[in-house]
Amino acid sequence: MKKHSVLPGFGLTLGVSVTYLSIVVLIPLALLVWSTMSLSFADFVKAVGSKQVIASYKLTFGAAFLAALVNAVFGFIAAWSLVRYRFFGRRVVDALIDMPFAMPTAVSGIALTALCASNGWVGSLAAKYGSKLVIFAEEHGLDFMNIPYLNRYDGLQLAYSQFGVFIALTFIGLPFVVRTLQPALEDLDREVEEAAESLGATKFQTFRRVILPSVFPSLMTGFTLAFARALGEYGSVVFISGNLPYETEITSLLIVAKLQQYDYAGATAISVVMLTASFALMFVINFTQYLARRRK
Amino acid sequence: MRTFFTTLTVAAILSASLLAADFKLLNVSYDPTRELYEQFNAAFAKHYKAATGDNVTVNQSHGGSGGQANAVIEGLEADVVTLALAYDIESIAEKSKILPTEWQKRLPNNSTPYTSTVVFLVRKGNPKNIKTWNDLVKPGVSIIAAHPKTSGVARWSYLAGWGAVLKQELGDLKKLNDPQYDKEVAAAQKKARDYTLKVYKQVKVLDSGARGSTQSFVQRGQGDVLLNWENEAYLAVREYGADKYEIVVPPISILAEPPVALIDKVVDKKKTRAVAEAYLKYLYSPEGQEIAARNFYRPRDAKILEKYKNNFAKVELFTIDDVFGGWQKAQKEHFSDGGVFDQINTR
Repeated sequence: MKKHSVLPGFGLTLGVSVTYLSIVVLIPLALLVWSTMSLSFADFVKAVGSKQVIASYKLTFGAAFLAALVNAVFGFIAAWSLVRYRFFGRRVVDALIDMPFAMPTAVSGIALTALCASNGWVGSLAAKYGSKLVIFAEEHGLDFMNIPYLNRYDGLQLAYSQFGVFIALTFIGLPFVVRTLQPALEDLDREVEEAAESLGATKFQTFRRVILPSVFPSLMTGFTLAFARALGEYGSVVFISGNLPYETEITSLLIVAKLQQYDYAGATAISVVMLTASFALMFVINFTQYLARRRK
Repeated sequence: MRTFFTTLTVAAILSASLLAADFKLLNVSYDPTRELYEQFNAAFAKHYKAATGDNVTVNQSHGGSGGQANAVIEGLEADVVTLALAYDIESIAEKSKILPTEWQKRLPNNSTPYTSTVVFLVRKGNPKNIKTWNDLVKPGVSIIAAHPKTSGVARWSYLAGWGAVLKQELGDLKKLNDPQYDKEVAAAQKKARDYTLKVYKQVKVLDSGARGSTQSFVQRGQGDVLLNWENEAYLAVREYGADKYEIVVPPISILAEPPVALIDKVVDKKKTRAVAEAYLKYLYSPEGQEIAARNFYRPRDAKILEKYKNNFAKVELFTIDDVFGGWQKAQKEHFSDGGVFDQINTR
C-alpha cells in the first residue's frame, strides 16, 4: 500500500519537522496547559472570568480586530501599489514595510507615544481639532459627550486611551498583511483582467469578481496573522495605553501583573484562554478558506 | 640584563595572577539603581583589591523588582539581590528556599543600607499648588503614577498616601495597634480607603514601572504631579532641568526600605560567599553610604546624612511594619487579586 514519493528523504524531513515543532511549539504549550491544571475549576473560572479580565478581553480582541481590519484595507492598497507600479523609491518603501517587524516593540511603543501624546506632533493636532470639533458640535446641539477620550478641554486623546491601543496594534500588524498579499498579487495573471475588461466588465466589476476572489485567501491569511499577533502584543502597547483598570488594560498586562504576584497558575490560565481563542479563530478562518476552495 | 628583567616581569605577572583570585558577582537589582550600583561596584572593586589583592567584577541586572525576583526564583544565579521591597526577597526565600526566611535579620537596619521615600514631582512654580497628600485629590489635579500590580514604587506610593490619611485622622499611629481605639481606627481606615479611591480616579496614566512614569510626566508632558521615588525625582530634575520641575516633599510619607540579601545557595555553589558578604557590608561603610547619598538615597549613617542634609528634606516617616503589619500582610490585603486596589477599581 505504501506509495513512494518521487522525492527522497520524506521520512527524514518529516521526522525533523515533527521533532522541531515539538521542541519549539508543542512542549511549551503543553507546559502552559499543565501549569494551569494546578488550579481547581472554580479557581480557573475566577482567574479568567473576573470583570476586570473580561474588560481586558473586550479591549484586546476589539482593538486587535479593528486594527487587523484597517490593515487588511490599507495593507491591500500598499501591496497593490508595490507590486503593480514602478515608482521612484519603491524599494525604500518596500523595505520600510518591515520596520514594525524589525523594531523592538518597546521602541515602537515609545516612539508612537511620543508622537501621539498631547505634546507630540500628531497628538497635539488631535487635541486641538478634537476640542474644536466638540465646541462646534455643542453649538449645533449635537451630543458628543458619549465618545470616550474626547472632550472640549483635552480634545481627542490619542495616547493613554483605547485609541492608543488601536494605533499600536495597527502599527505592528501592517507587515503581515502586505507580506502575505505581495506574492499572491505578483502571481495574478494580467491577461485575466484584460479578458474581463474586453468582455465588458467595469473596473469595479473586474476588481470585485476577478482580482478579489483570487487573492482573498492570502488576504484572509494576512488578516489572521495580524490579528493573532495583535492579541499577544505587550511591549508597544503598555507605553501608549495608560494601563487604567477596566479602560485601557490589555490582557497581556494582566498576565504580567499576575506573574508579579507569583500567581503563575492564574497567569497561565489567562494565557490558555487567549491561546484557545486565537487557535479557534485560526481554525475558523482556515476552515472557511477550505470551504471556499472546495466550492470553486 | 634584559633577560633578567623579562624574567622578572613574567614572574611578576604570573605570581600576581596565581595569587590573586578573580571573582565574578551578579547583583540582581531593580530599575532606578542603575547609576547607584555603577559607581558602587567600581568603588568596591578598588577597595577589595586593596584589602585582599583579589579582583572582583560585579555584573548588574536591572528590571522591575517583581520581575527580577521571578528571574531569581526561576534560576538566575544571583550572588546578591538588591530589590525595591522586602516582599520580593521574602517571595524568593519562600518559593525557592535558596536563602533562609530570616534573611532580613542578617544585616543591620532590616538589611536596608539606604532608604528612600515617596515624593511629588510637579511642574515649575507648582501651578496646582500641591503640597500635601490631600492636595492630590483636589478637583482638576491629574496624577501620573506607576501600576501597583507591576511596580514596586507604585505600591510604596499607594501605602504612603493611605498611611498619611491614617495619621491625619488618628493623630498618633500607635492607636492602630491599641484595641481601645478600634472604632476610631475603623473610621480612619474607611477614610483612607475613600481617599485612595479618589486618588486612582484622578490618575491619568498608570505606567508599568518607575522609569516609565517619569517619562510620561517629563517627556510626554502628562499630568500635574508625579508620584515617584525621591531618588528618581532628583534624577529627573537633574536630567531635565531645575527650571522646569520642582520636587515637593509632603509633610509625611513612608519610609521605603529597599533591602539587600545574599543568596546562600548560589554563593556556596560559586564559592563567592566571602566576597559577596564583603560586597553587601561595604554598602554600610562610609564610602558606600556616601555613594548612596550622592545618588539621592537616604544613607543610614547619621554623619553622612548630616553632610548631605540639603538633599534630603525633613519629612515625618512611618514604616510599613507600623502601619500595615509588614509586606506579606499589606500585599495580601491591598495588592493581590481581589484586594483593596482591585475593589476600589471595580465597576
